[in-house]
This record gives sequence, C-alpha cells and structure tokens, in this order.
Amino acid sequence: MTNTYRYLPDTKQDQEEMLKFLNISSVEELFEDIPSEIRLKGELDIPNADSEPVLLKKMSQLAARNKNANDYPTFLGAGTYDHYIPSVVDHMISRSEFYTAYTPYQPEISQGELQAIFEFQTMVCELTGMDAANSSMYDGFTSLAEAASLAVASAKKRSKVLVSNGVHPESRAVLQTVARGQEYTVEEVSLSSDVTDLDQLKAQIAEDTAAVIVQYPNFFGSVEDLAEIKQIAEEKGALLIVSSNPLALALLQSPGKLGADIVIGDMQPLGIPMSFGGPHCGYFAVKQKFIRKIPGRIVGQTQDEKGKRGFVLTLQAREQHIRRDKASSNICSNQALNALASSICMTALGKQGIREMAMQNIEKADYMAKVLQRKGFIVMNKSAFFNEFVVELPRPVKEVNSKLLEAGFIGGYDLGIDYGYENQMLIAVTEQRSKEEIDQFAVALEAVVNG
Amino acid sequence: MAEYNHLIFEVSRPGRVGYSLPKSDVESVNLEDKFPKHLIRDEAAGLPEVAELDLVRHYTALSNKNHGIDNGFYPLGSCTMKYNPKVNEVVARLAGFSRIHPYQPTETVQGALELMYNLQEELAVITGMDAVTLQPSAGAQGEWTGLMMVRAYHEQKGETRKKVLVPDSAHGTNPASASVAGYKTVTIPSNENGLVDLEELKKHVDKDTAALMLTNPNTLGLFEKEITEIAAVVHEAGGLLYYDGANSNAILGKTTPGDMGFDVVHLNLHKTFTGPHGGGGPGSGPVGVKEVLLPYLPVPRVEKDGDKFLLNSNYPLSIGRVKGYYGNFGINVRAYSYIRTMGPVGLREVSEGAVLHANYLRKRLDPYFESPYPQICKHEFVLSGSRQKKLGVRTLDMAKRLLDFGYHPPTIYFPLNVEECLMIEPTETESKETMDAFADVMIQIAKEVEENPGVVLDAPHTTIIGRLDEVQAARQPIVRYIKEKEEEQVKDGVKA
Repeated sequence: MTNTYRYLPDTKQDQEEMLKFLNISSVEELFEDIPSEIRLKGELDIPNADSEPVLLKKMSQLAARNKNANDYPTFLGAGTYDHYIPSVVDHMISRSEFYTAYTPYQPEISQGELQAIFEFQTMVCELTGMDAANSSMYDGFTSLAEAASLAVASAKKRSKVLVSNGVHPESRAVLQTVARGQEYTVEEVSLSSDVTDLDQLKAQIAEDTAAVIVQYPNFFGSVEDLAEIKQIAEEKGALLIVSSNPLALALLQSPGKLGADIVIGDMQPLGIPMSFGGPHCGYFAVKQKFIRKIPGRIVGQTQDEKGKRGFVLTLQAREQHIRRDKASSNICSNQALNALASSICMTALGKQGIREMAMQNIEKADYMAKVLQRKGFIVMNKSAFFNEFVVELPRPVKEVNSKLLEAGFIGGYDLGIDYGYENQMLIAVTEQRSKEEIDQFAVALEAVVNG
Repeated sequence: MAEYNHLIFEVSRPGRVGYSLPKSDVESVNLEDKFPKHLIRDEAAGLPEVAELDLVRHYTALSNKNHGIDNGFYPLGSCTMKYNPKVNEVVARLAGFSRIHPYQPTETVQGALELMYNLQEELAVITGMDAVTLQPSAGAQGEWTGLMMVRAYHEQKGETRKKVLVPDSAHGTNPASASVAGYKTVTIPSNENGLVDLEELKKHVDKDTAALMLTNPNTLGLFEKEITEIAAVVHEAGGLLYYDGANSNAILGKTTPGDMGFDVVHLNLHKTFTGPHGGGGPGSGPVGVKEVLLPYLPVPRVEKDGDKFLLNSNYPLSIGRVKGYYGNFGINVRAYSYIRTMGPVGLREVSEGAVLHANYLRKRLDPYFESPYPQICKHEFVLSGSRQKKLGVRTLDMAKRLLDFGYHPPTIYFPLNVEECLMIEPTETESKETMDAFADVMIQIAKEVEENPGVVLDAPHTTIIGRLDEVQAARQPIVRYIKEKEEEQVKDGVKA
C-alpha cells in the first residue's frame, strides 16, 4: 500500500507492524486462499484515480450536460414532481449521525433514527387515515407491488388482483414482474375517459379477486371516486389498495376514511429531490388487521427497565432475517434517509403549510388548464384533477417538447408512450411555477402548435 | 441542555410555521366547486406545527442520540461500514444531478446517462460480468432481480426448475428473495471448516436446481476455495450460480465473481462503494450478468450509440421492470464518484487493507474468545461467545457493554451456524490505533466476564436509555403517536 489515498489510513509502518504481528511478510499471503487460476493477473481495467479537484471538475461538467429545473421551468410530473423543499431538510439530513448510521439494530445508540421513523410512521398514518405504516419501501412502484402480494397472501383462494389503467404505467409494470415471480394474476381494468371504468370493474371483479388497485389522484391527475370503488370491492370481499400522492392527501379525503385497506405511494413530493427518478421513498400504510403482515421495518414504542420511553424495531418475526424463506417480503435496506427527509419536510410545512402548498397546486393547475382552454386547447379530463391534467395537441408531443425546450421549458409527459394516446400531453403544474412562467409556457405552446 | 425527550408532536403549538411559500399569484379555487364533497378532506392531517428553529433543535437533538460512522468505530459485520466520503455528497447534490426529472427527453440528460453507462461498464469490469443493470434499489432487490432472470432463462429453455440452493451461512435475504421469485429454498449445511460441503452439495444438485446462491467470501469471512468445483457441479446439472456481492469489499482487484464461475451478481453500492447507509437506506443493488442472461436484463437499459446515450426498452425477453425509473440514481452518482477517486490501484488497496485489518484484529482477539474458524479470513471474521456463555454472559450482554465505550457492536447472532456469534468487519478505512483501542476494550470485557460479570450483564451504563422491553413492543404494538387529550384538539380551533 502506498498511502496516497485519503480514505486509506495505513502507513508503511502501520502495515509492517500488522504484518509482523501476523507473522507474514506481505499482504499477498492473506490472499493465498484464492486459487491462482481465478486471480486477476493485472489491475482492473478502469480509469485511473482522480484527485478531488479534478473529480469535482469532471463531475460538474457531467452535471452541466443535464438541463435542470433551476434553469428550465418544468411541467413534467407523471409521478415525480418539482416541489418546494425547505432548506432545513437537506441541512438536517446532512447531519452525519443520521446518514452514516445503518439500520438501528442497537436501540440504545439509535434512538434518534428510531424516533424519527416513529414520527414518520405517524405522519404517514395522519395523511392516509390509516392505523399503521412501516419505515419506508424502495419507491411507490415497488410499494404497490408489495401491497398486491400482501393482499394475495392474506386471502384464501384469491389469486387475482385488478389494477386500474389509471395507475402509473411503471407501477403496473413492476407489479407484472412481481406477480410473475409469486404466481398470481394481474388483470387491468380499462378507463372510462380519465377515470377507472366502474362498469368494467364490476364485470371483472369476482370471488377470486384479492384486491382492487387504484391511484388517487390517478395518472392523469383525476380524482377517482374511492367511495364507489370501495363498495364494488367490498361486495366481492376484495381489498381496496390505493396508491396516493401524499401531498394531494392534504386536501383530499383520506383513503382510510373512504375504506382503503392498504394505502401506498411515494413521499417524493414532500422533501425529496427528483434526482433523475431516485432515490425516492415508498410508503406503506395499513389498517390495524394487517399490522403483522406489513413488509419491511416497523418501529414501535416501548420502555426501558426504568420505565423511560424508548423506541425499537418491532414485529421482526415478519422479516427476512428471522423468517428467511417464510418471510412475507425480502426487503432489507429501505429508504430511511429519504423517509427522514420527508418527515422533516412535513414538519416544516406542518398542518397549515401542507394544505397551502396542496391548494396552490390545485389553483395553478386549474389556472393553466383555463389559460390553455382560452387559447383553444382541449383539456381531456372530465373529472376534477389535482396538479396535472391532459391536453390534446395537434402535433406529436415529442416534436412539441423539443420546440418548448428551445423556448426554455421542459414540457409535459407524452401519453403516446404508454397509452397510445397520440398527441396527448400530461401537464403538471406545481406551486413552484409562477403565474408568469405558466403564461409564458402557454404562449410558447400556442406558438409551437401553430408554428 | 437537559436531556431532550419529546416527540415532534409534543413540541407542536397551533399557529407556528416552519415554511415560506409565496402568496398564490393565480385565481383562487373553491374546493367545493371543484371536487365532490365526500372526496374533500374533513379533518386536517395532524402534522406538527413548529417554527424553523424548533424543528432544527428537534432533529439536532435526535441526531445527538444516534451513532454513525462519523461518531466512531462501527464494525458491523457484513454491512461494510466504511467511511462515507464527503465529496460524494457534494457531487450528488449538484443541480444537474438532483434537479433533473426522469422523463426529460434523453437529449437533455446526456450527462446523467453517460455517468450511468460508465458506471455499468466499470462495475462489469469489477465483477467480471458482461453487462450490468443499475435498476435494483438494494441488495435484496438485486437478488430477486437476478433470480427472476435465472427463472426466465430456464423457462426460455422450456424448463421449470423449482429449487434454489442456499448455504446455511447465507444472508436471510437469499432464501426470502428465492421465495418471492417463486422458488423453494434448499439449505446446504457448511462443513467443519465453515465452507460449502461439496459432497453435501452434490447430493442436492439435480435437474430441478435453478441456481445456487453464494456469498464469497462467505458470511464467516472465509473464501470458498473450491468455488470452481462448486460452479462445475451446478453448471453440469444445468443450474446457474448467483453471487451475493455483500462481501465484495474483500476481492476488489484480486479476483472477480465472473472468474469464479458465477453467472449473475449483485453488488451493494452502499457497502463496498461507500453509498451512505442512511439509517437503513437508500442503497443501490446493481446486477451484473454473463452473456447467457443478457436477454433477460430489466428494461430500460442505458446504451451508447456513437457519442449519444439512450434508454432502450426494446428487449422482448426482458423480465420487465423491477423498480420505477432507472434505480437509485443519487446513490449511483456517489458510487461513481468513489470509483473515480480510487481507480484500479486504489480499489485493490481497499480490499488489501480490509483483509489485513480483519486478520490483524482477529489475531488480537483470538486468545480471548472462541475462534470457530481460525484460518486466514478475508474482510471480516466471526468469533463465538461460547466461552463467556459458560460463565453466564451472553454475546448480547457483551455487545451492550461495548456501547459504554462508544463503539457500535459487531453483528451478533449471525450467521446462524455459529453459537453466540460475533461477526466483525473493521473495514480498510479505520486506522490501526482505532482497531487497537477496540481490541483493548474487547479484551477488557472478556476479563470482566471472568472477574466482574455483573458489569457486563447490566450494561449499558452510559447510554441515554437502558435495554428496552422488546417483548412489550411486539405484544402490544404502538407504532404511531396518538394525541392523548381529545378536548385540547377541539379547543385548538380545528378539529384535528
């Protein structure tokens, strides 16, 4: 070892002392148990090391080759949104007592993380109207698939889930992969305009249906009528799984109150950077009766010998490190630091701020829709929408988006990709977009389609 | 400051705010005009109400009750708790990485795609594989992804193999991942040297074997010397070999899973490649495959066409998606930054340092604890507390006693095939003095067990809280805060 790497502390002398203690003459002797025929002959064929200044320069150059939302006001949503993140969020999660710790296996020296998770679980329960939540999942997409698996595993003789086409296409894609592994059936329920076709749902639901899965607001921004869907599910004894944007729940009736059995989604809108799609943070909330079937880690309150309140990982008998092949899920690492980020964001926004922020999303999307309608564009949503909606264009979305980019905007999502809705764009408008930006975008869009 | 013991909900006061939004500059909307009444929230979610400084004090107080690598030695075996470089944090926060949307046109994210492409290529070199996907979020998801590809491979050949073989020393995620991929797990016992028993393995490998999952070095910190023979046995029966990369910190630049005969590999970028563990995540669990599994990789794949980078989903045999978007990009950025910092020589020295440190620490502790596998170890080793158990002190008690000295204890009671197990992984980033100080404390505790066991049995003595009642927590689970005084909530004005 040459001691030229700042993360490697051993000096020549350190190394010699350790080798001497081990009665060997070189580190190489410690690798003699690796048969020579599988030993690498030279060094790994990757580029040589960079110093810190050179690294920073190169990484900054790579980053600069991406057009980011600071420079290009974005109207892309479709599951990931550009929202206000209070500065305190990144400051607090940058405390290295949090980010350099691992799973809190030793509660006596992990009370900070454990309490933070307990608070996160509470906030998720508050927003969703559910009784219990876990400490996080990878993302909203995998969270949805885990919910479906839970529903199938906990029902007797029910091996099918019905998923609305209004659910995010990537959620449905992940669900298909997971269901193939666990060998249950996924059937999609078509749409009636911009929401789940309830007649179709009634026709498809049967005694073997374990769960009905819908998104609220759905992929097109429209708010599904959970009360009606719950009734249809309940009549056949199927569970209702709701995938929900937690910001929307600040103003929409909680899925829990509308009868959801499992509520899942992604906390990204609350305190987590878009970061090219990850890491985000899935959440998973259930009614009391499923508390012992929930996947992943859960923190519970208890006390020490002196009666002092403390927090521990609990109900671990569900988990892979105890149950191994009988575990209900294989999840181990989760998204704890991002759960912390969203907790801090929810704390900063608080009871009032989250409502104000959600309201601005509704108002700004509503304003954009009206501006576009006044310009002659057709808004496709028939139901009320939260912070995104679909607009029909006379030209392909891809073409329009590249023109919008020239005008300095990142345009909306192309619904031709997953739905085959040619020339339809899903536009998201969050509180981050000013009236001026919305107006300019509308003018640019008009110019592009007329140009 | 007196010890802080409040939940954020308990320091909440109605009317306080910790945010700042501009006033809405568009027409207001009346919710009742827009949404059906029953879909409008009738009770505000009970989020806290605190001023910004209250928030900062609260979370600072919580952080002070937490032990991270930056606080002190963290020899948690199999978790590779190495130093988390600060420059990686700076890089991941660059707006060009953190403020980009996953659905932006690919021409607007060429830098991100180039980074992903290069990382894929370099991880392929490091693992000796032909291609890598960055989509899986963590090790367990990588395992499942790999096994789903194994399954697709066999099914494509018209075979429905149902068994996955896993050694008894394997991580719990191995059998759990096999189950969620639709497989039955068969556990293979280790031999007296802590290695896979080749004869025992031969008894279980047959036409129904889809794959063998193996960690090498294994969770005892021992290198499976017969790996090429093991691989041959499995391959001859038509099965594939899965490499659990949790212990890759031992082999960088020394050998590769590809050379060992593995067909599919996952890495834990949050272990070997310094992604911070974050209190439990986010991680990143890229999967590498040999050519036979290429068609089954998750989509989209990041590819290069001339000097342009693109996302390609046009692979009909792909297992599909395993996660949203393209993986935990922010963690992948950190890992890439680390690999750039170390280069080929640095990565080799990482493993040399990790292995030297583990052997040094093992030998220092060897006289005081049972050492079930006293041969050369790789990056980690196991000890048994069986000697101390005879004196009435369990490994758990010794772990708790370590807390009094400011150390995070090793992994305990894992792997399952070692009685009263302590699994210790010092990592290459710790200095000799740190390991010596830790060894001195471990030796002191071993002596306490003989001379004054009470001090160990009653440990910890110096932590902010004593041993917690885990039985009560599980019997009557309290997993969320519920405000006690209902009247107060109504009095606050909003019926909360």
